[in-house]
Amino acid sequence: MVELVQRFLEGDRRALSRIISRVENQTSEGREYLRALFPHSGRAHTIGVTGGAGCGKSTLAGGLAAEYRRRGKTVGIVAVDPSSPFTQGAILGDRIRMQELTLDPGVYVRSMASRGALGGLAPTIDDVVAVMDAFGFDYVIIETVGAGQDEVEIAGTALTTILVNNPGTGDDIQALKAGIIEIADILVVNKADHPGADVLVSQLQAVLSLSPAGTRRPPILKTTATKGEGLAPLADAIADHRQQLESSGELERQRAIDARHQVLSIARAILLEKIERAMPEADLDSLVRRVASRELDPHTAAEDLVRAASE
Amino acid sequence: MTAPATAKIRVLIAKPGLDGHDRGAKVVARALRDGGCEVIYTGIRQTPEMIAEAALQEDVDVVGLSILSGAHLELFPRVVSELKKRGVDDVLLFCGGIIPEEDTRQLEALGFKAIFRPGTNTQDIVKFVYEHVSR
Repeated sequence: MVELVQRFLEGDRRALSRIISRVENQTSEGREYLRALFPHSGRAHTIGVTGGAGCGKSTLAGGLAAEYRRRGKTVGIVAVDPSSPFTQGAILGDRIRMQELTLDPGVYVRSMASRGALGGLAPTIDDVVAVMDAFGFDYVIIETVGAGQDEVEIAGTALTTILVNNPGTGDDIQALKAGIIEIADILVVNKADHPGADVLVSQLQAVLSLSPAGTRRPPILKTTATKGEGLAPLADAIADHRQQLESSGELERQRAIDARHQVLSIARAILLEKIERAMPEADLDSLVRRVASRELDPHTAAEDLVRAASE
Repeated sequence: MTAPATAKIRVLIAKPGLDGHDRGAKVVARALRDGGCEVIYTGIRQTPEMIAEAALQEDVDVVGLSILSGAHLELFPRVVSELKKRGVDDVLLFCGGIIPEEDTRQLEALGFKAIFRPGTNTQDIVKFVYEHVSR
Protein backbone atom coordinates (compact mmCIF):
# COMPACT_ATOMS: atom_id res chain seq x y z
CA MET A 1 0.00 0.00 0.00
CA VAL A 2 2.78 2.42 0.95
CA GLU A 3 4.40 1.86 -2.41
CA LEU A 4 1.23 2.66 -4.37
CA VAL A 5 0.64 5.81 -2.33
CA GLN A 6 4.24 6.81 -2.94
CA ARG A 7 3.82 6.35 -6.68
CA PHE A 8 0.53 8.27 -6.54
CA LEU A 9 2.17 11.21 -4.80
CA GLU A 10 4.91 11.18 -7.42
CA GLY A 11 2.28 11.61 -10.13
CA ASP A 12 2.04 8.04 -11.46
CA ARG A 13 -1.28 7.84 -13.33
CA ARG A 14 -1.50 4.08 -13.09
CA ALA A 15 -1.30 4.36 -9.32
CA LEU A 16 -4.12 6.93 -9.50
CA SER A 17 -6.22 4.52 -11.58
CA ARG A 18 -5.63 1.61 -9.24
CA ILE A 19 -6.46 3.61 -6.14
CA ILE A 20 -9.67 4.98 -7.67
CA SER A 21 -10.83 1.40 -8.37
CA ARG A 22 -10.21 0.34 -4.79
CA VAL A 23 -12.01 3.38 -3.45
CA GLU A 24 -14.89 2.90 -5.88
CA ASN A 25 -15.23 -0.75 -4.89
CA GLN A 26 -15.44 0.26 -1.23
CA THR A 27 -12.89 -2.28 -0.09
CA SER A 28 -11.26 -1.89 3.31
CA GLU A 29 -8.03 -1.31 1.42
CA GLY A 30 -9.75 1.48 -0.50
CA ARG A 31 -10.66 3.17 2.74
CA GLU A 32 -7.03 3.01 3.88
CA TYR A 33 -5.96 4.75 0.67
CA LEU A 34 -8.57 7.42 1.16
CA ARG A 35 -7.39 7.98 4.73
CA ALA A 36 -3.83 8.43 3.49
CA LEU A 37 -4.72 10.73 0.61
CA PHE A 38 -7.58 12.82 1.98
CA PRO A 39 -5.26 15.32 3.72
CA HIS A 40 -3.77 16.07 0.28
CA SER A 41 -7.15 17.06 -1.17
CA GLY A 42 -8.98 20.36 -1.00
CA ARG A 43 -6.79 22.27 -3.43
CA ALA A 44 -8.60 21.69 -6.73
CA HIS A 45 -11.56 23.76 -7.84
CA THR A 46 -14.40 21.30 -8.42
CA ILE A 47 -16.91 21.93 -11.19
CA GLY A 48 -20.15 20.01 -11.64
CA VAL A 49 -21.73 19.73 -15.08
CA THR A 50 -25.33 18.61 -15.07
CA GLY A 51 -28.34 18.65 -17.38
CA GLY A 52 -30.57 16.34 -19.37
CA ALA A 53 -29.47 13.32 -21.39
CA GLY A 54 -27.94 14.42 -24.67
CA CYS A 55 -27.71 18.10 -23.74
CA GLY A 56 -23.97 18.12 -24.38
CA LYS A 57 -22.49 17.63 -20.90
CA SER A 58 -19.61 15.42 -22.04
CA THR A 59 -18.72 17.60 -25.00
CA LEU A 60 -18.89 20.68 -22.79
CA ALA A 61 -16.77 19.05 -20.07
CA GLY A 62 -14.21 18.05 -22.70
CA GLY A 63 -14.24 21.52 -24.25
CA LEU A 64 -13.84 23.17 -20.87
CA ALA A 65 -10.91 20.89 -20.06
CA ALA A 66 -9.31 21.85 -23.40
CA GLU A 67 -9.79 25.52 -22.49
CA TYR A 68 -8.04 24.96 -19.15
CA ARG A 69 -5.18 23.23 -20.94
CA ARG A 70 -4.78 26.31 -23.14
CA ARG A 71 -4.47 28.23 -19.87
CA GLY A 72 -1.76 25.86 -18.67
CA LYS A 73 -3.91 24.10 -16.06
CA THR A 74 -4.38 20.37 -15.44
CA VAL A 75 -7.76 18.70 -15.30
CA GLY A 76 -9.28 15.52 -13.94
CA ILE A 77 -12.71 14.51 -15.24
CA VAL A 78 -15.12 12.05 -13.59
CA ALA A 79 -18.03 11.18 -15.85
CA VAL A 80 -20.96 9.22 -14.43
CA ASP A 81 -23.33 7.13 -16.54
CA PRO A 82 -26.24 5.04 -15.25
CA SER A 83 -26.02 1.42 -14.08
CA SER A 84 -28.78 -0.96 -15.09
CA PRO A 85 -31.28 -1.45 -12.27
CA PHE A 86 -31.66 -5.06 -13.42
CA THR A 87 -28.17 -6.35 -14.22
CA GLN A 88 -26.03 -3.62 -12.58
CA GLY A 89 -24.13 -3.48 -15.86
CA ALA A 90 -23.46 -0.17 -17.59
CA ILE A 91 -22.31 1.41 -20.82
CA LEU A 92 -19.91 4.22 -20.03
CA GLY A 93 -19.72 6.29 -23.19
CA ASP A 94 -18.71 9.77 -22.13
CA ARG A 95 -15.09 9.38 -23.25
CA ILE A 96 -16.26 9.31 -26.88
CA ARG A 97 -16.89 13.05 -26.63
CA MET A 98 -13.45 13.75 -25.20
CA GLN A 99 -11.23 11.89 -27.67
CA GLU A 100 -8.73 14.64 -28.34
CA LEU A 101 -7.87 14.81 -24.63
CA THR A 102 -6.97 11.12 -24.33
CA LEU A 103 -3.25 11.52 -24.96
CA ASP A 104 -2.85 14.82 -23.13
CA PRO A 105 -0.66 14.18 -20.06
CA GLY A 106 -2.40 17.06 -18.28
CA VAL A 107 -5.84 15.45 -18.47
CA TYR A 108 -7.19 12.32 -16.82
CA VAL A 109 -10.66 11.00 -17.60
CA ARG A 110 -12.41 8.40 -15.49
CA SER A 111 -15.83 6.91 -16.22
CA MET A 112 -18.00 5.79 -13.32
CA ALA A 113 -21.24 3.85 -13.20
CA SER A 114 -23.95 5.15 -10.87
CA ARG A 115 -24.11 1.74 -9.10
CA GLY A 116 -27.59 2.28 -7.74
CA ALA A 117 -27.10 5.78 -6.35
CA LEU A 118 -29.94 8.24 -6.81
CA GLY A 119 -29.44 11.89 -7.59
CA GLY A 120 -27.28 11.66 -10.70
CA LEU A 121 -23.99 10.60 -9.14
CA ALA A 122 -22.32 7.43 -7.83
CA PRO A 123 -22.13 6.18 -4.21
CA THR A 124 -18.41 6.93 -3.93
CA ILE A 125 -18.28 10.10 -6.02
CA ASP A 126 -17.02 12.33 -3.20
CA ASP A 127 -14.25 9.86 -2.41
CA VAL A 128 -13.17 9.58 -6.04
CA VAL A 129 -13.21 13.37 -6.45
CA ALA A 130 -11.08 13.67 -3.29
CA VAL A 131 -8.56 11.20 -4.71
CA MET A 132 -8.35 13.12 -8.00
CA ASP A 133 -8.05 16.36 -6.09
CA ALA A 134 -5.22 14.87 -3.99
CA PHE A 135 -3.43 13.85 -7.18
CA GLY A 136 -2.93 17.54 -7.82
CA PHE A 137 -5.21 18.48 -10.71
CA ASP A 138 -6.00 22.18 -10.78
CA TYR A 139 -9.60 21.43 -11.73
CA VAL A 140 -11.79 18.39 -11.22
CA ILE A 141 -14.85 18.33 -13.48
CA ILE A 142 -17.71 16.06 -12.42
CA GLU A 143 -20.23 15.16 -15.07
CA THR A 144 -23.52 13.76 -13.78
CA VAL A 145 -25.82 11.17 -15.23
CA GLY A 146 -28.35 12.79 -17.57
CA ALA A 147 -30.41 14.67 -15.00
CA GLY A 148 -33.97 15.90 -15.10
CA GLN A 149 -35.58 18.19 -12.63
CA ASP A 150 -34.69 16.89 -9.22
CA GLU A 151 -31.11 15.60 -9.23
CA VAL A 152 -29.48 18.17 -6.99
CA GLU A 153 -26.76 16.05 -5.33
CA ILE A 154 -24.07 17.57 -7.54
CA ALA A 155 -24.30 20.88 -5.66
CA GLY A 156 -22.94 19.12 -2.57
CA THR A 157 -20.02 17.62 -4.48
CA ALA A 158 -18.86 20.51 -6.67
CA LEU A 159 -18.02 24.08 -5.69
CA THR A 160 -19.34 25.47 -8.98
CA THR A 161 -22.38 23.81 -10.54
CA ILE A 162 -23.14 24.35 -14.22
CA LEU A 163 -26.62 23.50 -15.48
CA VAL A 164 -26.70 22.82 -19.21
CA ASN A 165 -29.90 23.64 -21.11
CA ASN A 166 -30.80 23.31 -24.79
CA PRO A 167 -33.10 25.35 -26.97
CA GLY A 168 -36.37 23.73 -27.97
CA THR A 169 -36.84 21.58 -24.88
CA GLY A 170 -39.78 23.20 -23.14
CA ASP A 171 -41.33 26.52 -22.39
CA ASP A 172 -40.52 29.02 -19.66
CA ILE A 173 -42.69 27.20 -17.13
CA GLN A 174 -39.95 24.55 -16.97
CA ALA A 175 -37.48 27.19 -15.87
CA LEU A 176 -39.93 28.48 -13.28
CA LYS A 177 -40.15 25.14 -11.47
CA ALA A 178 -38.30 24.30 -8.29
CA GLY A 179 -35.44 21.82 -8.22
CA ILE A 180 -32.32 21.56 -10.29
CA ILE A 181 -32.38 25.12 -11.62
CA GLU A 182 -32.06 26.42 -8.06
CA ILE A 183 -28.66 24.82 -7.54
CA ALA A 184 -27.05 26.26 -10.69
CA ASP A 185 -24.19 28.69 -10.17
CA ILE A 186 -23.92 29.15 -13.92
CA LEU A 187 -26.59 28.47 -16.56
CA VAL A 188 -25.38 27.37 -19.96
CA VAL A 189 -27.47 27.33 -23.10
CA ASN A 190 -25.61 24.75 -25.17
CA LYS A 191 -26.25 24.00 -28.84
CA ALA A 192 -26.60 27.75 -29.21
CA ASP A 193 -26.37 27.35 -32.98
CA HIS A 194 -29.81 25.73 -32.90
CA PRO A 195 -32.95 27.82 -33.41
CA GLY A 196 -34.48 29.20 -30.24
CA ALA A 197 -31.27 29.74 -28.27
CA ASP A 198 -31.87 33.45 -27.79
CA VAL A 199 -35.48 32.81 -26.81
CA LEU A 200 -34.32 30.36 -24.16
CA VAL A 201 -31.77 32.85 -22.84
CA SER A 202 -34.44 35.51 -22.44
CA GLN A 203 -36.84 33.03 -20.84
CA LEU A 204 -34.18 32.07 -18.32
CA GLN A 205 -33.40 35.75 -17.71
CA ALA A 206 -37.07 36.47 -17.13
CA VAL A 207 -37.36 33.67 -14.60
CA LEU A 208 -34.17 34.69 -12.80
CA SER A 209 -35.43 38.27 -12.57
CA LEU A 210 -38.14 36.96 -10.25
CA SER A 211 -35.53 35.80 -7.70
CA PRO A 212 -35.82 37.55 -4.34
CA ALA A 213 -33.73 40.69 -4.01
CA GLY A 214 -30.22 40.08 -2.73
CA THR A 215 -29.92 36.53 -4.05
CA ARG A 216 -27.18 35.81 -6.51
CA ARG A 217 -28.42 35.49 -10.09
CA PRO A 218 -26.40 32.96 -12.01
CA PRO A 219 -24.95 34.23 -15.28
CA ILE A 220 -26.39 32.76 -18.47
CA LEU A 221 -23.90 31.82 -21.16
CA LYS A 222 -24.32 30.52 -24.68
CA THR A 223 -22.04 27.73 -25.90
CA THR A 224 -21.72 25.54 -28.94
CA ALA A 225 -19.48 22.92 -27.40
CA THR A 226 -19.08 20.87 -30.59
CA LYS A 227 -17.46 23.92 -32.24
CA GLY A 228 -15.58 25.03 -29.14
CA GLU A 229 -17.58 28.26 -28.98
CA GLY A 230 -18.26 30.05 -25.71
CA LEU A 231 -15.82 27.99 -23.65
CA ALA A 232 -13.40 30.82 -22.77
CA PRO A 233 -16.25 32.97 -21.36
CA LEU A 234 -17.45 29.90 -19.45
CA ALA A 235 -14.02 29.37 -17.89
CA ASP A 236 -14.01 33.09 -16.99
CA ALA A 237 -17.45 32.81 -15.38
CA ILE A 238 -16.22 29.85 -13.30
CA ALA A 239 -13.22 31.90 -12.19
CA ASP A 240 -15.57 34.76 -11.24
CA HIS A 241 -17.70 32.39 -9.21
CA ARG A 242 -14.67 31.03 -7.39
CA GLN A 243 -13.59 34.60 -6.67
CA GLN A 244 -17.02 35.43 -5.24
CA LEU A 245 -16.96 32.29 -3.09
CA GLU A 246 -13.63 33.30 -1.65
CA SER A 247 -14.29 36.98 -1.09
CA SER A 248 -17.72 36.45 0.49
CA GLY A 249 -16.56 33.71 2.86
CA GLU A 250 -19.04 31.42 1.16
CA LEU A 251 -16.26 28.98 0.23
CA GLU A 252 -15.59 28.02 3.84
CA ARG A 253 -19.28 27.88 4.59
CA GLN A 254 -19.99 25.65 1.60
CA ARG A 255 -17.09 23.34 2.45
CA ALA A 256 -18.48 22.95 5.98
CA ILE A 257 -21.97 22.20 4.67
CA ASP A 258 -20.59 19.66 2.20
CA ALA A 259 -18.49 17.97 4.89
CA ARG A 260 -21.46 17.73 7.23
CA HIS A 261 -23.60 16.29 4.46
CA GLN A 262 -20.91 13.77 3.58
CA VAL A 263 -20.31 12.62 7.16
CA LEU A 264 -24.03 12.27 7.82
CA SER A 265 -24.67 10.35 4.65
CA ILE A 266 -21.82 7.91 5.36
CA ALA A 267 -23.09 7.47 8.92
CA ARG A 268 -26.56 6.85 7.53
CA ALA A 269 -25.18 4.18 5.21
CA ILE A 270 -23.39 2.47 8.11
CA LEU A 271 -26.58 2.44 10.17
CA LEU A 272 -28.63 1.25 7.24
CA GLU A 273 -26.31 -1.67 6.81
CA LYS A 274 -26.55 -2.48 10.50
CA ILE A 275 -30.32 -2.41 10.29
CA GLU A 276 -30.35 -4.62 7.23
CA ARG A 277 -28.26 -7.18 9.09
CA ALA A 278 -29.94 -6.75 12.48
CA MET A 279 -32.19 -9.78 12.27
CA PRO A 280 -31.73 -13.24 10.84
CA GLU A 281 -33.61 -13.45 7.55
CA ALA A 282 -36.25 -15.77 9.07
CA ASP A 283 -37.01 -13.32 11.90
CA LEU A 284 -37.26 -10.39 9.54
CA ASP A 285 -39.50 -12.44 7.32
CA SER A 286 -41.92 -13.27 10.11
CA LEU A 287 -41.89 -9.64 11.26
CA VAL A 288 -42.86 -8.30 7.85
CA ARG A 289 -45.47 -11.02 7.43
CA ARG A 290 -47.19 -9.74 10.56
CA VAL A 291 -47.27 -6.30 8.93
CA ALA A 292 -48.57 -7.73 5.67
CA SER A 293 -51.38 -9.48 7.53
CA ARG A 294 -52.24 -6.25 9.37
CA GLU A 295 -51.41 -7.80 12.73
CA LEU A 296 -48.70 -5.21 13.33
CA ASP A 297 -48.33 -1.68 12.00
CA PRO A 298 -45.16 -0.85 10.00
CA HIS A 299 -43.90 1.77 12.46
CA THR A 300 -43.89 -0.63 15.41
CA ALA A 301 -42.19 -3.26 13.26
CA ALA A 302 -39.53 -0.76 12.20
CA GLU A 303 -38.90 0.17 15.83
CA ASP A 304 -38.44 -3.51 16.66
CA LEU A 305 -35.93 -3.78 13.87
CA VAL A 306 -33.97 -0.72 14.98
CA ARG A 307 -33.96 -2.06 18.54
CA ALA A 308 -32.50 -5.31 17.30
CA ALA A 309 -29.84 -3.37 15.39
CA SER A 310 -28.69 -1.38 18.41
CA GLU A 311 -28.46 -4.43 20.69
CA MET B 1 -18.18 -0.29 7.49
CA THR B 2 -17.59 -3.67 5.97
CA ALA B 3 -18.95 -2.74 2.61
CA PRO B 4 -20.40 -5.38 0.34
CA ALA B 5 -18.24 -6.35 -2.58
CA THR B 6 -19.53 -4.01 -5.24
CA ALA B 7 -16.66 -4.62 -7.62
CA LYS B 8 -17.74 -4.94 -11.22
CA ILE B 9 -15.78 -6.28 -14.13
CA ARG B 10 -14.68 -3.30 -16.21
CA VAL B 11 -14.27 -3.84 -19.93
CA LEU B 12 -12.91 -1.50 -22.59
CA ILE B 13 -14.37 -2.09 -26.05
CA ALA B 14 -12.38 -0.27 -28.70
CA LYS B 15 -12.04 -0.09 -32.44
CA PRO B 16 -8.53 0.54 -33.67
CA GLY B 17 -7.86 1.82 -37.15
CA LEU B 18 -9.93 3.47 -39.80
CA ASP B 19 -12.91 1.22 -40.46
CA GLY B 20 -16.09 2.80 -39.24
CA HIS B 21 -18.22 -0.28 -38.83
CA ASP B 22 -19.05 -0.41 -35.16
CA ARG B 23 -22.20 -2.49 -35.12
CA GLY B 24 -20.33 -5.55 -33.87
CA ALA B 25 -18.54 -3.58 -31.16
CA LYS B 26 -21.86 -2.13 -29.98
CA VAL B 27 -23.54 -5.54 -29.92
CA VAL B 28 -20.72 -6.94 -27.80
CA ALA B 29 -20.76 -3.89 -25.50
CA ARG B 30 -24.48 -4.29 -25.02
CA ALA B 31 -24.21 -8.04 -24.31
CA LEU B 32 -21.54 -7.41 -21.67
CA ARG B 33 -23.67 -4.66 -20.14
CA ASP B 34 -26.55 -7.10 -19.89
CA GLY B 35 -24.11 -9.56 -18.39
CA GLY B 36 -23.46 -7.13 -15.55
CA CYS B 37 -20.17 -5.61 -16.68
CA GLU B 38 -19.27 -1.94 -16.75
CA VAL B 39 -18.34 -1.36 -20.36
CA ILE B 40 -16.34 1.64 -21.46
CA TYR B 41 -17.00 2.22 -25.12
CA THR B 42 -14.61 4.60 -26.82
CA GLY B 43 -16.00 4.60 -30.34
CA ILE B 44 -14.38 4.28 -33.74
CA ARG B 45 -11.01 5.33 -35.18
CA GLN B 46 -8.86 4.83 -32.12
CA THR B 47 -5.09 4.79 -32.34
CA PRO B 48 -3.21 2.12 -30.36
CA GLU B 49 -1.95 4.87 -28.04
CA MET B 50 -5.47 6.10 -27.33
CA ILE B 51 -6.71 2.59 -26.57
CA ALA B 52 -3.84 1.86 -24.19
CA GLU B 53 -4.20 5.20 -22.45
CA ALA B 54 -7.96 4.70 -21.99
CA ALA B 55 -7.30 1.22 -20.57
CA LEU B 56 -4.87 2.74 -18.08
CA GLN B 57 -7.11 5.62 -17.02
CA GLU B 58 -10.17 3.41 -16.66
CA ASP B 59 -8.27 0.60 -14.87
CA VAL B 60 -10.11 -2.03 -16.87
CA ASP B 61 -9.87 -5.77 -16.34
CA VAL B 62 -10.53 -6.60 -19.97
CA VAL B 63 -9.76 -5.03 -23.36
CA GLY B 64 -11.79 -6.19 -26.37
CA LEU B 65 -10.74 -5.00 -29.83
CA SER B 66 -13.05 -5.05 -32.82
CA ILE B 67 -11.71 -4.82 -36.33
CA LEU B 68 -13.07 -5.40 -39.81
CA SER B 69 -10.49 -3.67 -41.95
CA GLY B 70 -7.95 -6.50 -42.12
CA ALA B 71 -5.27 -4.42 -40.41
CA HIS B 72 -5.27 -6.46 -37.20
CA LEU B 73 -1.74 -7.82 -37.61
CA GLU B 74 -0.62 -4.27 -38.13
CA LEU B 75 -2.55 -2.64 -35.28
CA PHE B 76 -2.96 -5.26 -32.55
CA PRO B 77 0.76 -5.67 -31.84
CA ARG B 78 0.98 -1.91 -31.45
CA VAL B 79 -1.93 -1.89 -28.99
CA VAL B 80 -0.20 -4.63 -26.97
CA SER B 81 3.11 -2.79 -26.95
CA GLU B 82 1.46 0.52 -25.95
CA LEU B 83 -0.26 -1.30 -23.07
CA LYS B 84 3.06 -2.80 -21.94
CA LYS B 85 4.75 0.59 -22.24
CA ARG B 86 2.25 1.92 -19.69
CA GLY B 87 2.67 -1.04 -17.34
CA VAL B 88 -0.81 -2.35 -18.16
CA ASP B 89 0.29 -5.97 -18.38
CA ASP B 90 -2.46 -7.79 -16.51
CA VAL B 91 -5.57 -7.18 -18.62
CA LEU B 92 -7.48 -9.95 -20.36
CA LEU B 93 -7.30 -9.42 -24.13
CA PHE B 94 -9.80 -10.61 -26.69
CA CYS B 95 -10.68 -9.56 -30.19
CA GLY B 96 -13.35 -9.99 -32.78
CA GLY B 97 -14.29 -9.18 -36.35
CA ILE B 98 -13.07 -10.35 -39.72
CA ILE B 99 -9.95 -12.24 -38.71
CA PRO B 100 -8.72 -15.15 -40.88
CA GLU B 101 -8.09 -18.50 -39.19
CA GLU B 102 -4.46 -18.50 -40.26
CA ASP B 103 -3.79 -15.44 -38.10
CA THR B 104 -5.00 -17.16 -34.93
CA ARG B 105 -1.62 -18.37 -33.70
CA GLN B 106 0.02 -15.03 -34.20
CA LEU B 107 -2.69 -13.30 -32.20
CA GLU B 108 -2.55 -15.92 -29.45
CA ALA B 109 1.17 -15.37 -29.22
CA LEU B 110 0.48 -11.67 -28.69
CA GLY B 111 -1.65 -12.54 -25.69
CA PHE B 112 -5.18 -12.61 -27.12
CA LYS B 113 -7.10 -15.24 -25.17
CA ALA B 114 -10.00 -15.47 -27.61
CA ILE B 115 -11.02 -14.45 -31.12
CA PHE B 116 -14.74 -14.05 -31.75
CA ARG B 117 -15.70 -14.18 -35.40
CA PRO B 118 -19.03 -13.40 -37.12
CA GLY B 119 -21.77 -15.74 -35.94
CA THR B 120 -20.50 -15.92 -32.36
CA ASN B 121 -23.22 -16.18 -29.72
CA THR B 122 -22.79 -13.09 -27.55
CA GLN B 123 -23.45 -15.21 -24.46
CA ASP B 124 -20.21 -17.05 -25.21
CA ILE B 125 -18.35 -13.74 -24.98
CA VAL B 126 -19.96 -12.92 -21.63
CA LYS B 127 -19.15 -16.41 -20.37
CA PHE B 128 -15.57 -16.08 -21.57
CA VAL B 129 -15.12 -12.81 -19.67
CA TYR B 130 -16.53 -14.19 -16.42
CA GLU B 131 -14.45 -17.35 -16.68
CA HIS B 132 -11.22 -15.45 -17.13
CA VAL B 133 -11.61 -12.57 -14.72
CA SER B 134 -11.55 -13.43 -11.04
CA ARG B 135 -13.94 -11.48 -8.86
